[in-house]
Amino acid sequence: MKSLHAQHHPLADSGYQLTVLTQADVEGAQLLPFAARLRETGLLPLRPTGIRVMQINVGKMCNQTCRHCHVDAGPDRTEIMTRATMQLCLDALVQTDIQVVDLTGGAPEMNPDFRWFVEQISALGRQIIVRCNLTIIVANPKYYDLPQFFARHGVQVVSSLPHFSALRTDAQRGEGVFAKSIKALRLLNEAGYGAEGSGLSLDLVYNPSGAFLPGSQAALERDFKQRLLREHGIVFNNLLTITNLPISRFLDYLLESGNYASYMEKLVLAYNPAAAANVMCRSTLSIGWDGQLYDCDFNQQLDLPVEERAPQHIRDFNLAALNNRAIVVNQHCYGCTAGAGSSCGGATT
Amino acid sequence: MEKSTYYNPADLSKFGNISEWQPELGRKFFEYYAEVFKEGALTEREKSLIALAVAHAVQCPYCIDAYTSDSLQKGADEAQMMEAVHVAAAIKGGAALVHGVQMMNKAKELSM
Ligand code: SF4
Ligand code: SF4
Repeated sequence: MKSLHAQHHPLADSGYQLTVLTQADVEGAQLLPFAARLRETGLLPLRPTGIRVMQINVGKMCNQTCRHCHVDAGPDRTEIMTRATMQLCLDALVQTDIQVVDLTGGAPEMNPDFRWFVEQISALGRQIIVRCNLTIIVANPKYYDLPQFFARHGVQVVSSLPHFSALRTDAQRGEGVFAKSIKALRLLNEAGYGAEGSGLSLDLVYNPSGAFLPGSQAALERDFKQRLLREHGIVFNNLLTITNLPISRFLDYLLESGNYASYMEKLVLAYNPAAAANVMCRSTLSIGWDGQLYDCDFNQQLDLPVEERAPQHIRDFNLAALNNRAIVVNQHCYGCTAGAGSSCGGATT
Repeated sequence: MEKSTYYNPADLSKFGNISEWQPELGRKFFEYYAEVFKEGALTEREKSLIALAVAHAVQCPYCIDAYTSDSLQKGADEAQMMEAVHVAAAIKGGAALVHGVQMMNKAKELSM
């Protein structure tokens, strides 16, 4: 499968995605603007509660092309963060006491300076999260030692595994992905990940493989733990449930399958004020591969940078000014506030 | 042209309207319903799969739609859902067949 970008698909244009998302009336269903919903809840303008996580997207290159990918990542994407931009991130980081650096992509490990970057952040004594898609570990011999590399730097590994059954995982992420993911999970377990007392944390991410919301995080975690242990001898720490946001390739799937209107309605109906108060953009700053600043990785993929009055690029980083900004919201934000809420850390309520 | 059948999928979301003509009983039913589907000795996923099987046994298209999506949401996979349908089929088929014993008894009673 090619990325939407390589297909010259209309949805590769973020402006067009926003046009689709902001239609007032979808198949007769009136979708209240997200900002109006926030106002009702007393949360407009949405402001940061203090940046605690720096999430850095080091590039759109990926060895997979999952059907739900909000980055439209894939082997054909060439956008990649340079070492010079990484240095700007490090310069910004030392000015602050932000404790967590969350590295994402694409497959972040495919960035040629990825290991150098991890070593530098680690030397600053900050906690590192790597959003690892698992299959990258077994994709090529040069990645085989990633589990040991991660362990050396105490990296917290957060990995997508949409389901404990091969059928549902492969439908979302590509033929054969489940088997490779299981192999990679074994290697992570062998390196100590997920084992009690090892201090090496391995969290799995569950995304619904279709046009429905995730169920209870606690219940799914129990099922995943039981099934992965029984059938594959695999252990992990937490399961994080994440709602698919209606953008990019998942938006393409929703439109193609005729599920768009009902999915949006589902999200809007499930609006939860407690989840809205806890959206991750309130505590996260997102940095793009070219150093541009965003409120979150979703806004990043929709080309919606932080509000004009705030610093726009990591070279102009200013924590106080960024903590004072108003967060840019749009209809896709309903994905973060539905039900138990959704963030990079899983359910928010 | 309007498709004319007895069932309209849009009616599923109007299920709550049954309370309009009898609010007290409606409220009691929905309270009970919500309580039944909460996690208890059975998990929510197990209850959803039971509901899916029963939906097939009583052949309610609304419930089949509702509990297919609910089972997916609760994390069930295709194999579990189809096994639930087979449980319904086995019980329905078995229920028909076990009455065969009654038929045999009656036939014997009436026969020389
Ligand atoms: S979802 Fe993750 S693994 Fe899949 S294509 Fe996107 S970045 Fe790659
Ligand atoms: S999509 Fe981004 S900006 Fe919108 S609520 Fe979610 S995290 Fe915040």
